[in-house]
Amino acid sequence: MKIVLNGEPREVRAPSLHEALSELGFGGAAVATAVNGSFVPAPSRVATPLAEGDRVEVLAPRQGG
Amino acid sequence: MPGFYGVDLTSRLMLGTAQYPSPAILAAAFRASAAGVATVSLRRESGGSRAGEDFWTIVRDLGVRVLPNTAGCHSVKEAVTTAHMAREVFGTAWIKLEVIGHSDTLQPDPFALVEAARILVADGFEVFPYTTEDLVVADRLVDAGCRVLMPWGAPIGSGLGLVNPYGLRALRARFPDVPLVIDAGLGLPSQAAAAMEMGYDAVLLNTAVARAGDPVAMARAFARAIEAGALARAADPMEPRDMAAASTPEIGRAFLE
Repeated sequence: MKIVLNGEPREVRAPSLHEALSELGFGGAAVATAVNGSFVPAPSRVATPLAEGDRVEVLAPRQGG
Repeated sequence: MPGFYGVDLTSRLMLGTAQYPSPAILAAAFRASAAGVATVSLRRESGGSRAGEDFWTIVRDLGVRVLPNTAGCHSVKEAVTTAHMAREVFGTAWIKLEVIGHSDTLQPDPFALVEAARILVADGFEVFPYTTEDLVVADRLVDAGCRVLMPWGAPIGSGLGLVNPYGLRALRARFPDVPLVIDAGLGLPSQAAAAMEMGYDAVLLNTAVARAGDPVAMARAFARAIEAGALARAADPMEPRDMAAASTPEIGRAFLE
């Protein structure tokens, strides 16, 4: 199915956010996630299904002021 | 110095981590500044990249407390969601709450700021609101549960210093027991010293150090200026006056006409 990952269209097979993160190369990474603008805590990723067109944000630590 | 949500900081300098020429210079600038807090952010990560983890390792090695920000957020929802994401990744309830209302000045949106602060305090966050020197907004932020206020000195990255000294003095007088931090707009160590002399508890800066020709030397200069300003404040400065007052005694002056 097609999702939008960090603003870019991507194809994923995984049915859950947790599995999609592994499929997309984020397995084990220190990231925070949101789906369609809502925060999804790490423990909830397994039980968070993805649907066609979902907007997934994957954020990580960066420099800031 | 008052505690920041119960945390006693040994340094009055909070330093940003952006815009340094290299990670090594960032680390050296932190050592030179003796800053006690590092501000950080969250940004999009690429699959397979470990840029976030690499940066997080550098920050952890600084040995300072981390203050994540919500930089770039323009709405309550964006800021609240970003704060939740930051708390999970950085493992701290501290959040530097920025809700930007104007793209040219990066001035905070005070209405959205107060609303976001209220939501985050209810969610257990310890909010450091980036605000203006407006007294009424500050009152609302304290009512919302903020135990620290961070008024701007000038627009972010401008280096203009303390553009409204009257307003900043009034804020200090209005909130004698709330930790106050000048956040943004400083360009020179003398401006940080002036903030300390005004009675501010700390300053938060980034660009002035990171974009200096020699960031490490500038970090050291800010540290010394902040120390000097705080010492001066504690030393109870004299009151200025309009007319001259001779410092050398008149008594014993020779008559040589």
